[in-house]
Amino acid sequence: MAKDILTKPKAFYDNFHRKPDQNKQDTHYCPGCGHGILHKMIAEAIDDFEIADRTIMISPVGCSVFVYYYFDTGNLQVAHGRAPAVATGYKRTHPEAIVISYQGDGDLAAIGGNNILQAANRGENITFFFVNNAIYGMTGGQMAPTTLLGQKTMTSPYGRKAEREGYPMRVLELLSSLEAPTYLERVALTDAKHLMKARAAVRKAIKTQIDGKGFSLIEVLSACPSGWRMTPTDAVAWISEKMEKTFPVGVYKDVIKDRKPNTWTRMLEKVPFEKYHEILELTGEPMEIEADMSSVLDIYKNPEILIAGFGGQGVLLLGQFLAEAGMRHCWNSSWIPSYGPEMRGGTANCHVKISEKRIGSPIVAKPSILIAMNLPSLDKFEPLLKPGGLLIYNTTMISRAPSRNDIEILPIPATKMADQLESLRVANMVVAGAIQEKTKLFDEIILKDCLNTVVKHKNFIPLNLQAIDKGKEYVENFGK
Amino acid sequence: MPHIEISTENCKGCGLCIHICPVSAIEFAKEINKLGYHPARYKGDGCTGCTLCFYTCPEPSAITVYRKS
Repeated sequence: MAKDILTKPKAFYDNFHRKPDQNKQDTHYCPGCGHGILHKMIAEAIDDFEIADRTIMISPVGCSVFVYYYFDTGNLQVAHGRAPAVATGYKRTHPEAIVISYQGDGDLAAIGGNNILQAANRGENITFFFVNNAIYGMTGGQMAPTTLLGQKTMTSPYGRKAEREGYPMRVLELLSSLEAPTYLERVALTDAKHLMKARAAVRKAIKTQIDGKGFSLIEVLSACPSGWRMTPTDAVAWISEKMEKTFPVGVYKDVIKDRKPNTWTRMLEKVPFEKYHEILELTGEPMEIEADMSSVLDIYKNPEILIAGFGGQGVLLLGQFLAEAGMRHCWNSSWIPSYGPEMRGGTANCHVKISEKRIGSPIVAKPSILIAMNLPSLDKFEPLLKPGGLLIYNTTMISRAPSRNDIEILPIPATKMADQLESLRVANMVVAGAIQEKTKLFDEIILKDCLNTVVKHKNFIPLNLQAIDKGKEYVENFGK
Repeated sequence: MPHIEISTENCKGCGLCIHICPVSAIEFAKEINKLGYHPARYKGDGCTGCTLCFYTCPEPSAITVYRKS
């Protein structure tokens, strides 16, 4: 605190340009709100540690949803209660980043209760600020898990009663029973002494992360004058007189000294490119080309493929195979299996998109190519096919003809053809051959090389190759 | 002399600084600002540069503390 001039910390934007109203200097918080106080302490610490350029603030759902209006750092606004999960993902992929998760009591203790418990139990090297105001502030003052016994809120108009609504949730006490967390403290934004303790705790928690010593969480008892229907000064007094009785301030866990620096820095193991081969048991050099789809017929360009059949027909594998081929051509591709109750003995399906453009969603709602390996799949998905789209259906398993007349239809006795190769399981690759011959989407050598990636048992690759050729041959001769 | 500056238009008149100031050097202004509040106002002398008003103030831009002169 050696600074001569204390003013707005640099970690705040000069102008809160994201804030929609005219005044770009003030916050959206109510007069006397504890959020602003905590924001300032965090911003000051970010300045002093000189970490603004590598800090990611994670804003929750709640009044502090707009943390990104204010902090001139990286910002992520995440789904309700899921900040610990997103923070974990971010931190593990960017171990050098300082990830600060800022959450309220509705977000952290209610909907995100399990998220914070698991992150704490894993000892993620992340700093959490948990703002506890004993109420749902943003939605107008409903009861929160942290609401005190006897406290009147919109949804506990006669006061919270343990027999009816349970007891106030003490998050810090809960977390302090776990082995992994490094530093847990509860502070209160009230008088001079408590404010200075809060400021010190904020800095210590961030430093814990900088040093790679693991999980830290500061619970901040914070005033909500609007939600509590009090003046700001009365609200601060209420924290000291009432809240602190249920939520005593103090250090609940501090093993910072026992933890060696950087031992709690987790990162994904960097695998050298050469190792991929070994891990994936690839047989040769990976083959890749940069291709464009200019020679492909318009209707087959950027295909959205839905593949459906019985479990065991290799439906999912066929999807993976096509998606892999897409990637090997340096296109974007996605593969997503659709799990549902049908998976158990019924139909399985997967969605594949292969595109020269970026893929927004992996879901194929209206396929341009439909592969139906059995009758239920044809019944279910034929209506979804785009007009002009391609339907490939397995005539061995489907007795009826397709009912649409605005689509291109390719019947193929895939199961029977596979049986001729003495393995029913390669019916999927017969279809793969048929798709390739029909659409000419892929480079054939690359396509076949993808078997090395998707087929687990390498001794089956020759059989799969035969099946692909058989499917191709069938289409070549089809209609002749 | 230590002193503070209060940005009138960014103060929401919560009064926390007035409440915490150990030397009672801050008061509410009589005029109403654009946000519709009576903002806090430094009385003009008495500031010891303790910085408590800065830390209790929820608004980032409302208070600046000059600890020396």
